[in-house]
Amino acid sequence: MQTVLEHPLFLPGVVTIATILGVPLAALYIGLVERKVLADFQARLGPMRVGPHGLLQPLADAVKLLMKEDVIPTEADRALFWFAPAISTFTALTALSVIPWSPQFYVVDVNVGLLVVAAMSSVGILGIILGGWSSNSHYPLLGALRSAAQLVSYEVALAFALVAGVMAAGTLSMREIVEVQRDRQVWIVFDNFGLMLIPFVVYLISATAEANRIPFDLPEAESELVAGFHTEYSGLRWAFFMLAEYAAIIVVAAVAVTLFWGGWLRPFPNVGWLEIPLNVVLPMALCLGAAWLSFRLAPRLKRPPQRTGLRVVGMAVALVSLVFLAPGPREAIVPLFWFFAKMFVFVYLLIWFRGTFPRFRYDQLMNIGWKRMIPIGMAALLLNAVVAMAKR
Amino acid sequence: MPESYTELYFPILLQAGVAVVLAAALVLLSYLIGKRVRNEVKDLPYECGITPTGSARERFSVRFYLVGMLFILFDIEAIFLYPWAVIYRELKLFAFVEMLIFIVLILAGYFYIWKKGALDWSQKPANER
Repeated sequence: MQTVLEHPLFLPGVVTIATILGVPLAALYIGLVERKVLADFQARLGPMRVGPHGLLQPLADAVKLLMKEDVIPTEADRALFWFAPAISTFTALTALSVIPWSPQFYVVDVNVGLLVVAAMSSVGILGIILGGWSSNSHYPLLGALRSAAQLVSYEVALAFALVAGVMAAGTLSMREIVEVQRDRQVWIVFDNFGLMLIPFVVYLISATAEANRIPFDLPEAESELVAGFHTEYSGLRWAFFMLAEYAAIIVVAAVAVTLFWGGWLRPFPNVGWLEIPLNVVLPMALCLGAAWLSFRLAPRLKRPPQRTGLRVVGMAVALVSLVFLAPGPREAIVPLFWFFAKMFVFVYLLIWFRGTFPRFRYDQLMNIGWKRMIPIGMAALLLNAVVAMAKR
Repeated sequence: MPESYTELYFPILLQAGVAVVLAAALVLLSYLIGKRVRNEVKDLPYECGITPTGSARERFSVRFYLVGMLFILFDIEAIFLYPWAVIYRELKLFAFVEMLIFIVLILAGYFYIWKKGALDWSQKPANER
């Protein structure tokens, strides 16, 4: 047993399996959060039927998608039609292998980690192009072409923003990027007297476009292209495209957190007396608050199983809060807590964008990409290089 | 610390392998439990309910190729910036000036294609302007 635990591949293996199983689940639940948040923006309730407050809705959706009929148009290129969603999913899941979720909890720390993420997300475009092209239908083809042009346009600005971040960190290894921020006691986004905020904003906008999110969801543009590149897809292969999209959101958020927002570090990592309030009181307050809310809302539900269900959820969350009291487990879980909390802020931000902004027209989209984001990204890069040179 | 590249990158391969297995298993499962009722009309390409108007294997705007080519140029230039960004603290002013010259060259090309109109998506043909 001891030898198994000490094998160099033991921890990567565990994290791999946790990621591969956890990300689809997280994707499903980000979908639920999205539906709930959008519903709230529009003064609706969102899913309420399956489970208390729709908490089991994603699982019901998954089962439904698994059992759906799977239609392949006769005109389609069958091999590519099968292959395309797999490419999208596979690249998004593989990109997650270099993300350091916490100081111990990561699959691998290669010295070109950030490049692996960038490369994998570039290859992910292939899935979209092939999916649209192989359908052999007009709407998917248009969606695929647009999406290819959009993704490559924003990829350049994204690269400039990442280079600015790398410049501040001085390394490409994702783990070292966070360690540099710990040692220098400043999150990269606030480095260079706050000037790093400019590349971060460029990153955020380009990343929204990379993840095909509103206001940059031209490839899917329901109002003009039906469903864009995945018009002909149904059942589980459609689900793979959705999974890839949400996994891309997770990748985008994880890279933003690691490179710009201090990864697993808590805010003000150098201020000692904040240790207890931020690492113990805050997570416990969040958990207990959620538990209290569950118990308060439970009596309002109509069906008894749902009331019990919500109370069980409340109990579970309250139990989780106890973990933060024990010093041993706390060491392991607090970094994860901060990483996921910061990631959730980005996920929420992307959903907020969706609830707020109208979609761009295609020529506007290309203009913003090539004529605004690239010069701004380049200028931000040079500015930060000069300031960082002058500072020393 | 793992010594060889193979050893270092093996976990990525592991993750990729597990991702492929998961994808294949789910597709197979859906293939086994999903029902299939095929008919000719259902298998037609979708065009909002009308009969499909010809194959989608046709020519499309050359602009997409143009964007693709510009992307390759600029992305390669961005890739060149990565190694510089990692070590520019050690190389100090020398590397900074070198990179400044490189970026100015990129910018010259960038403004050239901008003025040529290669970046205008909704531009009229040259003879109508």
